[in-house]
Amino acid sequence: MVRLPYTTALTTLFSYGLLFAFGQLRDFFRKFVDWFKAKNVKGYAPICLGLEDFYVRRLYLRIQDCFGRPIASAPDSWFDVVERTSNDNNKTLQCTSNTTRCLNLGSYNYLGFAAADEYCTPRVIESLKKYSASTCSVRVDGGTTKLHAELEELAARFVGKPAAILFGMGYVTNSAIIPCLIGKGGLIISDSLNHNSIVNGARGSGATVRVFQHNSPAHLEEVLREQIAGGQPRTHRPWKKIIVIVEGIYSMEGELCKLPEIIAVCKKYKAYTYLDEAHSIGAVGQSGRGVCELLGVDPADVDIMMGTFTKSFGSCGGYIAASKEIIQHLKQSCPAHLYATSMSPPAVQQVISAIKVILGEDGSNRGAQKLARIRENSNFFRSELKKMGFEVLGDNDSPVMPIMLYNPAKIPAFSRECLRQKVAVVTVAFPATPLLLARARICISASHTREDLMKALDVISRVGDLVGIKYFPAEPPKIAEADHDKLE
Amino acid sequence: MDMALPVVNATAAVFARVSAAFNAPLARAVVFGVHIDGHLVVEGLLIAVIVFQLSRKSYKPPKKPLTEKEIDELCDEWEPEPLCPPIKEGARIDTPMLESAAGPHTIVDGKEVVNFASANYLGLIGNEKIIDSCIGSLEKYGVGSCGPRGFYGTIDVHLDCESKIANFLGTPDSILYSYGISTIFSVIPAFCKKGDIIVADEGVHWAVQNGLHLSRSTVVYFKHNDMASLASTLEKLTRGNKRAEKIRRYIVVESIYQNSGQIAPLDEIVRLKEKYRFRVILEESHSFGVLGKSGRGLAEHYGVPIEKIDIITAGMGNALATDGGFCSGSVRVVDHQRLSSSGYVFSASLPPYLASAAVSAVNYLEENPSVLANLRSNIALLHKKLSDTPGLEISSHVLSPIVFLKLNKSTGSPTTDLDLLETIADKVLKEDSVFIVTSKKSNLDRCKLPLGIRLFVSAGHTESDISRLSSSLKRVSASVLSDY
Repeated sequence: MVRLPYTTALTTLFSYGLLFAFGQLRDFFRKFVDWFKAKNVKGYAPICLGLEDFYVRRLYLRIQDCFGRPIASAPDSWFDVVERTSNDNNKTLQCTSNTTRCLNLGSYNYLGFAAADEYCTPRVIESLKKYSASTCSVRVDGGTTKLHAELEELAARFVGKPAAILFGMGYVTNSAIIPCLIGKGGLIISDSLNHNSIVNGARGSGATVRVFQHNSPAHLEEVLREQIAGGQPRTHRPWKKIIVIVEGIYSMEGELCKLPEIIAVCKKYKAYTYLDEAHSIGAVGQSGRGVCELLGVDPADVDIMMGTFTKSFGSCGGYIAASKEIIQHLKQSCPAHLYATSMSPPAVQQVISAIKVILGEDGSNRGAQKLARIRENSNFFRSELKKMGFEVLGDNDSPVMPIMLYNPAKIPAFSRECLRQKVAVVTVAFPATPLLLARARICISASHTREDLMKALDVISRVGDLVGIKYFPAEPPKIAEADHDKLE
Repeated sequence: MDMALPVVNATAAVFARVSAAFNAPLARAVVFGVHIDGHLVVEGLLIAVIVFQLSRKSYKPPKKPLTEKEIDELCDEWEPEPLCPPIKEGARIDTPMLESAAGPHTIVDGKEVVNFASANYLGLIGNEKIIDSCIGSLEKYGVGSCGPRGFYGTIDVHLDCESKIANFLGTPDSILYSYGISTIFSVIPAFCKKGDIIVADEGVHWAVQNGLHLSRSTVVYFKHNDMASLASTLEKLTRGNKRAEKIRRYIVVESIYQNSGQIAPLDEIVRLKEKYRFRVILEESHSFGVLGKSGRGLAEHYGVPIEKIDIITAGMGNALATDGGFCSGSVRVVDHQRLSSSGYVFSASLPPYLASAAVSAVNYLEENPSVLANLRSNIALLHKKLSDTPGLEISSHVLSPIVFLKLNKSTGSPTTDLDLLETIADKVLKEDSVFIVTSKKSNLDRCKLPLGIRLFVSAGHTESDISRLSSSLKRVSASVLSDY
């Protein structure tokens, strides 16, 4: 939980107020300047009216160079960041041909499959030569190859469900599946911090949507009781079905979901559960099987498990794993299965090889090593950061750790100073997070070595002192014992 | 008379005494320089009573919220529907499995077949140059890009691909999306918000419909590819509507409709758009790389300057034989999407090897424009050979690479129609080894156009392939449809 001290809240609000005032002043002057210049698009309403893009024009553009940094190599633990310059005060950025080699703390590369891998890449190239880069066809027409069938079966076995279905993009998986499962007359109860794809899918389905407080099974129970007793709005007819949607690891908080309690509540009230494991599949759990394994929940208790292959498997696409009947129903009615080009065969082969490495079926124990390393790295990094006095969110074992910044001026300061010292971090601000709670988010990978982590800690500590984000007192360093020894 | 006078006197005396009693103590009261008279007290009391009555709540029967026990009972009684409906008997669930690349000849379920089911219009599947550039990309960058565009997911090949496509089309800028179908349903909600007006063709495919639904704007459909209907709809929406000037208005059309194979008359649409001041969103998935002298799409085909089309979107999973999509337009249009398009901001970026495949494909098209002539001659040949198929008629445009065959006489119910068509497709595959497919419809799709058999013609097909297809189709449809 985020504990926002009063002084920080006041200073942050003051900063935003100042930025807002300056932005309004500039808009005012811009109106005069534009009045003299001729407008050549007459009769068409502008794309953004008035204050709709105020945040973009006046706040975001000032710090635009902290986002969207292009890279010129694979997103491995060290990569080349392309330098960009601007000659109109950050309104437009041009890429130069210089690159800087930086430590990568921002890419979703949990198990280190991002760059060319010794087991996966030769097989991927073979499948590329055999099946070519795309099938140019939808899955039901001529887009199903043997690889797709193999991966569906392997994914189902990995997750622990009877059957699975594949899609070429994780975002589309959520937005196109939820409307197939529930429609008008149904109720969707989703966590308040769910991802945009789930929100879009819920909106597109036509069902009523209610939100429960983030990760709070007690509030979920309250909402369920109220809704079942009240029925549909206005007519009070009973709901057709209720689906509760939660995520495994929330990417902006780094927290794990309280899955056992939420499943217990859902079973008691006969609601269906949908678990989105985009960040947790492959990254947590003893053998990489996700939150269910880590928290000791039987996969049969979760009705629908969804995940993506982008983060831990170094590929693209998503999957849904559920019972055989649900998967058959989806194969017949899901628009993403019937209308979208099937997943590219080399990407499918990459996932198959990655899962085989994780399960140890490639004949080596690299998978188990990677899983152990990411767990060690995450726990070590988190405890060190906390000792230094940073405010770090998230639970143990989660490879995502946000460091709170709060103040809008600290966002570009932290990002630019870290880049100058050859560490690439990701900073997130409004609208991905609430206005006052801007943060820097670190993603740890199994390919980070101990030296990489020490260097990162060193740089972050120095930059943290410069920028002033050590909100908690640091633990005193352990020289007291050495002094004691010396005295005696 | 004698009695009345003393009574009157007595009453007057009583009044005088009462008023004296009232006046006496207050005669000395002077508040703010005003004498307090007796009647003011009565008036004051009346006002107090009125205010008191007004401030009391009207009587409503007390609301009793449900007790915990009642809620428990309701929760116990409630039975949800099953999560998915039971599978219908006889529903086809197995799809043909490919065992090699989806080129003009492929291996399906162990047999070599002629493939008319892949939208491989330029025959680029299996092209050596493209595969080599993909291999280079795979070795340098790996498979996935491991991040959204805003957080170190922008790789230099993405920027190269965007500028290549913008140069090829002749537009100022373009933006890449990571999946073909997500392009249009992210672009439409980025520009159209609640309160805007959208005029769309009723035959647009599901992705466009989903985008229109997510945008929450007012959507008005016009008859499929009917310009008179479009003109009258635009007239109705703008006539006498002063407010219409201030809200954003869009026309959404596809260049080649997936559901029917018709081509939208762009010159007419542009004329209407300029007359009524609407912006045009053109979905070019199946015409990019196909129509036009050099494959630059519908605008080149009709000779319309590309600046007149405000937003062009396309999926690259067809002619360019790769995956992903792009959107092209003015700098303002493209920059707006980099922050407000949900499929761009909240999703991982396109795998780099697919972006380099797109760059190689566009290079190939620029260097070998003769491949378009091959495609056009194949389509013309197919039209000629299939023109006398018993029971089926070609309902797509003569230039469309999607050749749409529908039943001459529908049996009356869409399910039986679909059954007949699927029987024809199955028999053609089993008996003559030609792979064709019917058009599919999800129950979430609200397009009402008739279903049919869709043939995807490629520049890689030879004359003998096309002859095989036409003779097989004629034979099978004669036998299956002879009873109808």
